Amino acid sequence: MNRFPVIEMKGISKRFPGVIANDNISFRVYPGEIHALLGENGAGKSTLMSILAGLYRPDSGTIKVKGEVIRLHSPRKALEEGIGMIYQHFRLVNNFTVAENIVLGSKHVNWGIKQERIQKETREISHNYGLEINPAVRVNQLSLGEQQRVEILKMLYRGCDILIMDEPTTVLTPGEVKELFQVLRIMSRQGKSIVLITHKLNEVMEIADYVTVLRRGKVVGDDRIENLDEGILTRMMVAREVVYSQAQRDSSPGGVILNVDNLKIQGDRGNIAVHEVSFNLRRGEIMAIAGVAGNGQRELVEALAGLRKAVSGSIEYEGEEIKHYDAKSRIALGINMVPEDRIGMGLVPNLSVIDNSILRSYYKEEFYSGWFLNYNKIRSYTDRIINEYNIVLSDSNHPVNYLSGGNLQKLLLGREIDQKPRVLLASYPIRGLDVAAAEGVYDLLLKERDKGTAILLVLEDLDDIFRIADRVAVMYQGFIRKILDVEKTSIDEIGSIMVGTELAGV
Amino acid sequence: MDNTALSALLAATMIAGTPILFAAAGELLAERSGILNLGVEGMMLVGAAFGFICTLSTGNHWLGLLAALAGGGFMASIHGLITITLRGNQVVSGLALTIFGSGLSGFLGKSYQGAPMLFKFESLHVPVLGNIPFLGPVLFRHDPMVYLCILMAAAMWYLLYKTRWGLTIRSVGENPQAADAVGINVGRVRFLCTIVGGMMAGLGGAYISLVYAPTWQENMTAGRGWIAVALVIFALWNPSRAIIGAYLFGGIEALTFRLQTMGIHISSFFLAMFPYIATIVVLVLVTIRRRQDAGAPEALGLAYDREER
Ligand SMILES: Nc1ncnc2c1ncn2[C@@H]1O[C@H](COP(=O)(O)OP(=O)(O)OP(=O)(O)O)[C@@H](O)[C@H]1O
Ligand SMILES: [Mg+2]
Repeated sequence: MNRFPVIEMKGISKRFPGVIANDNISFRVYPGEIHALLGENGAGKSTLMSILAGLYRPDSGTIKVKGEVIRLHSPRKALEEGIGMIYQHFRLVNNFTVAENIVLGSKHVNWGIKQERIQKETREISHNYGLEINPAVRVNQLSLGEQQRVEILKMLYRGCDILIMDEPTTVLTPGEVKELFQVLRIMSRQGKSIVLITHKLNEVMEIADYVTVLRRGKVVGDDRIENLDEGILTRMMVAREVVYSQAQRDSSPGGVILNVDNLKIQGDRGNIAVHEVSFNLRRGEIMAIAGVAGNGQRELVEALAGLRKAVSGSIEYEGEEIKHYDAKSRIALGINMVPEDRIGMGLVPNLSVIDNSILRSYYKEEFYSGWFLNYNKIRSYTDRIINEYNIVLSDSNHPVNYLSGGNLQKLLLGREIDQKPRVLLASYPIRGLDVAAAEGVYDLLLKERDKGTAILLVLEDLDDIFRIADRVAVMYQGFIRKILDVEKTSIDEIGSIMVGTELAGV
Repeated sequence: MDNTALSALLAATMIAGTPILFAAAGELLAERSGILNLGVEGMMLVGAAFGFICTLSTGNHWLGLLAALAGGGFMASIHGLITITLRGNQVVSGLALTIFGSGLSGFLGKSYQGAPMLFKFESLHVPVLGNIPFLGPVLFRHDPMVYLCILMAAAMWYLLYKTRWGLTIRSVGENPQAADAVGINVGRVRFLCTIVGGMMAGLGGAYISLVYAPTWQENMTAGRGWIAVALVIFALWNPSRAIIGAYLFGGIEALTFRLQTMGIHISSFFLAMFPYIATIVVLVLVTIRRRQDAGAPEALGLAYDREER
């Protein structure tokens, strides 16, 4: 092959306080290539791509774009070179319209902005790529999948020919993933290059042409997709074999611990988000809630945790009505929650890892000497959590937002499980985790289950449901449409209930 | 109240609203870009002192206005340096600026204490319109600054909502990460808005020392900077509402004087409280009606650091 790479990064290094996020990395992308970038949590993928997008400055190394050495000192410079990045957390202005977000900062727009005109332009590019979207809507009214479409359009509008996407599929429904891949294929056919960061190996096998794997800031392997399979990739990423824990079907659920009857819950906009749902949860079982995001799962979990008021119905915990209990009294009863929104709801971003680790238990006597917090005791407690849950970090005194996405999740989950809950509510517990870390979380959850904890999981990936859950409740438009025994159902059945196409009366 | 008294009151309202509107429009611009500047009072005072001294010593009030612009802009650039370049706390820096401005203006104006302003802005008498009974004196017989002020506020509305620059400024105040990702220089936009905002506060101050109470007195802005800060909130960060609010608050101020001369006894303390009470009421009403969309720029008061997360 005698093509020249569009991007050639050489000897890139970048340190953050206490860690070398990128250590002498070389990385190449060819025109029209879909290049997957893999690696464990904290391996340095987002950092490397942020350098390419001009957001971070490398400590050393050179970058060639289309054969020329270029200093990418700002996102503006990168965009001028045709490099656009879509970040893990979208960068959209929430109360601007779609069209306003798309033209923002671009020099193609006239000084005086006419809404009709920018909306027309938006409509044109969205037609060209089959990315349908209403340009007049405000971004905060869009689903995450739609927001991602806006991000892609933004880059296309600027004429980017190198598109970097950081874990784009974590927020998408299976249908949306298919659509996204369709678009990526169109783009690649037009000669645009795409770098895709992901943890899902099946997606890599499906869409990538080439793969680079990072571990602890270094490149540990790269090859064409034809020479690879999921096993090889996993070994490269974690340098050992991952043992897939198979959910033991011989779980032995005990008695009912939580009984929900006709629960009706209001949503954020005053609408009814959950209509009269009834179900029960037994000790020692994992029940999954399946459904396309936004069908009432979040509201249901929040209501069970006491963070949202129920309009009517009842929640009985061991026969006791707890509907009017606040979150703290429910925690005292042993009902713990791992929220969907890690930073913000679960963790306090600017507090240290140590402080965050005791947020749930700071009042316990074991952390005090007299009236004062005893930081020696707290530190050893934090160290134990870090070890037990394999959290990778450089210094537990650093603010928690220095941690990579995956490690944040492990910290949060570890903290909650360590409370020895009797009912554990968790939303998307493995979102953004690498294969090994996800396995670790599953192990933890299964162990908890076998200890007799009742676990309610909101999951997005149907495969996961079959791996770990005992029962599954499928939600659609605020109703629980069906509760199924995982052993007696299929992905197709759940999938069709999720999107409401299941035949009536079947 | 007869017609002449009413028309005099309304005319006084236009004058009293002007310095507040200058300062509020400036603060609004800075806050739209995400920078909260509580130094408005200090910037007004420095503008008032610079404007007064320069006009007296050069005999040209336009030069005085230039000096006021420079004074306000200089003060704001200190705030910019601390909060944008060094990422210091905006509230602390703004409060310090107010104290500093009060001290600096007091020091500069020491030898002018009580001196009258000798060079006055001529009032315009708009032909034809100025002769309309009642409305003429209320609206069309003021000094040019009054009209300049309304024009500036209106232009700011156009700038913020109808132009590319406005989109850029608002995006920086709402979500600097998003702005940065599309190549907008967040720091530069914020610095510019803060300095222009400070210049407008300076103009507002100079209007007081040159036109409104044409003299120099220590701390002569008498809390109007704080009213301007409240007005920005009252206006929900929209210049067109700020125009209305400025004349409403200006009207209260004008009324305070007149009631005293008319022998009606409402506590002047109550009237002085009015702008703040009105602001609180607006905030409560808005919060009840639309929960998330209360109008404050989302990143208001937050420093931006690209490599932080
Ligand atoms: N802005 C920052 N400040 C401090 N440390 C950081 C920062 N960004 C990244 N790091 C650290 O650098 C390392 C690499 O992080 P990075 O986000 O690149 O990992 P990643 O491969 O994207 O992981 P994940 O799959 O979890 O998203 C981590 O140890 C992380 O804690
Ligand atoms: Mg990442």
